[in-house]
Amino acid sequence: MLDFNTNHKALVLTAFSVFVVLSFGVAILPASQMEKYEALPEQEDLTDQEFEGLRVYIGEGCVACHTQQVRNIEMDQVWGKRPSIPEDYHFSKKRMDVWRQSASLLGSERTGPDLTDIGKRQPSESWQLLHLYNPRAVVKESVMPSFPWLFKEVDSNRVKESDAVVAVPSQFLNDKSKKIVASEDALQLVAYLKSLKQPKMPENSEPEFIPFSKKKKEGGDQTADASSGLDGKDLFSSTCASCHQASGEGVPGAFPSLVGSDIVNTDDAEQMIRIILEGYNELEDYGPMPGFADQLSDAEIAAIMTYERSSWGNDAPEVKEEDVKKVRADLENATNP
Amino acid sequence: MKSNKIRFLFAVFSLSSFLAHAQNSQATDNWETSPGIIGTFILILIVLFVAVIIFLAKINGFIDKMKRKKLDKKRIEFSDELTDLDDGEIDTILENRKKALKYKLKGDELGNQNKAVDEKGLVKRVRKDPSNSFFDEKKKTPLSIETPKELKEIVTYYLAAATFWLVFGTLVGEYLGFKFIWPELDSISWLSFGRLRPVHTNTVFWGWSSLAMIGLGYFVIARTSNNLIHSYKKAKIAWVLINLTVLLGNIALMTGINNGGGEYREYIWPIMLLFAIGLIITFINFYKTVATRKISEIYISNWFILAALIWTIVLSIIGYLPFYQDGLGETIIQGYYMHQGVGMWFMTFTLGLVYYYLPATLNKPIYSYSLGVLAFWTQMLFYTMIGTHHFVFSPLPWWLQTVAIVFSVGMFIPVIAGSTNFLMTMRGSWNHISKSYVLPFFLVGVIFYFVGSSQGSFQAFRFTNYIWHFTDFNVAHSHMTMYGIISFLLWACIYTIVPKLNGKEPPQLMVGAHFWLAFIGLFAYMISLMVGGTLKGMSWMDGNPFIESVILMQPYWVWRAVGGTLMFISHLVFAYNFYIMVKKEPKNRNLKAGSIKGESVNV
Repeated sequence: MLDFNTNHKALVLTAFSVFVVLSFGVAILPASQMEKYEALPEQEDLTDQEFEGLRVYIGEGCVACHTQQVRNIEMDQVWGKRPSIPEDYHFSKKRMDVWRQSASLLGSERTGPDLTDIGKRQPSESWQLLHLYNPRAVVKESVMPSFPWLFKEVDSNRVKESDAVVAVPSQFLNDKSKKIVASEDALQLVAYLKSLKQPKMPENSEPEFIPFSKKKKEGGDQTADASSGLDGKDLFSSTCASCHQASGEGVPGAFPSLVGSDIVNTDDAEQMIRIILEGYNELEDYGPMPGFADQLSDAEIAAIMTYERSSWGNDAPEVKEEDVKKVRADLENATNP
Repeated sequence: MKSNKIRFLFAVFSLSSFLAHAQNSQATDNWETSPGIIGTFILILIVLFVAVIIFLAKINGFIDKMKRKKLDKKRIEFSDELTDLDDGEIDTILENRKKALKYKLKGDELGNQNKAVDEKGLVKRVRKDPSNSFFDEKKKTPLSIETPKELKEIVTYYLAAATFWLVFGTLVGEYLGFKFIWPELDSISWLSFGRLRPVHTNTVFWGWSSLAMIGLGYFVIARTSNNLIHSYKKAKIAWVLINLTVLLGNIALMTGINNGGGEYREYIWPIMLLFAIGLIITFINFYKTVATRKISEIYISNWFILAALIWTIVLSIIGYLPFYQDGLGETIIQGYYMHQGVGMWFMTFTLGLVYYYLPATLNKPIYSYSLGVLAFWTQMLFYTMIGTHHFVFSPLPWWLQTVAIVFSVGMFIPVIAGSTNFLMTMRGSWNHISKSYVLPFFLVGVIFYFVGSSQGSFQAFRFTNYIWHFTDFNVAHSHMTMYGIISFLLWACIYTIVPKLNGKEPPQLMVGAHFWLAFIGLFAYMISLMVGGTLKGMSWMDGNPFIESVILMQPYWVWRAVGGTLMFISHLVFAYNFYIMVKKEPKNRNLKAGSIKGESVNV
């Protein structure tokens, strides 16, 4: 039987069948098992608009540079609260259409940031749109391509009520008399990005990160304990700086400056706390700001505000956790009397 | 059942799995001493070492030539001395010369009593520097092989299309490399990075490598079976189908239609179906040729080639069938598919080609047939299992990741078996390095086969994965393998066979230019991304803001673009060389004969 040297049939058949058997064991069986997970209890399905956004995401090849997996190792903690689990990908289970299979999202290159939790990290629609139109308008060093074909240039007087106008700083406009309006594709893509949030897991069932080394683990515990001494600057740069920039000066024409701002510099911090909790859309020519009530704790907001009110030449008294707590309670009473 | 399997694997590979696990406990401080990192470092040194050897051999050849020149000079000086003789002696010589000019045939000229004097005045011109001073005219391969015209045509067609896709695909790659430095190079949707990246990878995969492999395979299969190809028509149909796949696939990708983003699986199924049909036709054609062979043994090359075809057919079917791959199931298939695409198709097929072309060019048998058989079966057993090592620490099952890591270590067996076999075949023929560029191409390919594959195994370790995964190091690794191994070996095979088929050699200077540009380019490409990738990984581990890792990569991206440019230029040179090798013979044969006569005077 083992006359592979002279028997071409035996040779090809053996090579074929062993490969098929191995493939079943290492690919097909595990794959069909992996398919069987269900959604987490608090996980929402993609809306039609978000699913269309996923198609844009795939069609433009975002996967080439952006991963969507928080690995169970310590260094990935910056991308999500917990390591990704199969259930997180429930939304991608649907085949895109007859011609295309279900989206391949985990990725193999992290040339750009991981997007597992981008909906929580960057909830601002106007930031996302401007960033897609020209990433360097908000992140100077970015090497991401711009996607101008997802936007239309429209004459200022032709802009319709329903159009989503993108606040673009004038130096990034080709024709200063025109407005940039987001196309349906861009809005869908941003809707998809905003939907990317790590769903909460039932209590105490979250998987843990593998610490990198014992030494690091001890260090990690310390920072967690020291939550009372929050660093306003760090919080600002991770939460606020993408729009308002590290210099606090914002992006002219898109995101307002905090330097010398009246709202920031008044002694009574209430209006500023409200803006951070609820969001803000009063300024003409600037994009709306999302609220951060769900994302930031009272202490964190207080630390950020204290930092903002004492930096870049700003001079206003510090904000205490109790001040934020009070405004938050007022707001909650106002909405559910 | 699963756990039994794992236990079995652990029993077999307890040592290697220990190695893989030991990575977990390493601390950041001594990352340099991790076995994966040290291993990789040593491997790169091996490449450098071999490059230096090749370079020294070339230099040595050059110095030899200079020495010979010196000798020639001495001889000329000696003859000058002769001319300083006194009048009487000169008179005799002149008289002799006069006699010589008046010489008439007597009929006994062919007798062996005559002195070697140019009595007949045949030498018209004397050159003082007999050899070209710029580069060595290397040995030509005048031996041409009797090949059916149709087979020649098939091989030439496949290789010509492959060369076209190589130039096109790497032009795209080059452009993408520039985009890292100038992200605003253009703002045209179908030239954007996300759409163009798969165009680059798929073109060099299915266009360049696949077509070149199949074309070279046709010659091997016919030659080693001592047989005619089963059907030339089938070969042409497959040629059309595969080219059509790449053409349509690229158009679809540029318009934003892809299969879901999985690497190398970006062509949607109706397009990839054409490729699969092309493969099936090729398999039938190859199989029937082998089946009706005129000798009883199946040469080892054909094992590899037939298996590569049948495995890849299975692979593309499994990769595209929809029944088990929605959501994360897709990711498991993705890991399996993209690794097997490299391992079962490109690697297996190319190894098969080397088993024929390397001994053929050295005119000696392969060192060990049994090592080849060992490499064949271990290739199948180990390579199939390691796809998931692209998703270490991901939400895919931990046992599957462990299997992948353990078998990645197992890959040392076929890799060492294969590279030992090739190197031992080369042993004793090292002087070929200074004579022609075919062996340097083979040598670099084989060294990269050892270095690139072992480096891949190291990279699968959990610690090295920790630092390198997701960084540009991956890109360096894939170029080290797909370019360093596959492309260099394919070029070696092409330079071996095409001159023999058509009896025309490209200028050695140009082949040398191709070799050195490609090699130095690849080295710059690889090292810059490896260093940059490592720094990037460490920046992430230190918890620095992400944008810092983008900024720190800038200089390395510039060096990558420099390396890429050299590589691309080398492909233009290769395309020129290929054109020289296959261009149609000019009709006026007389001119060629004349030039040959002229050369023979110089010698």
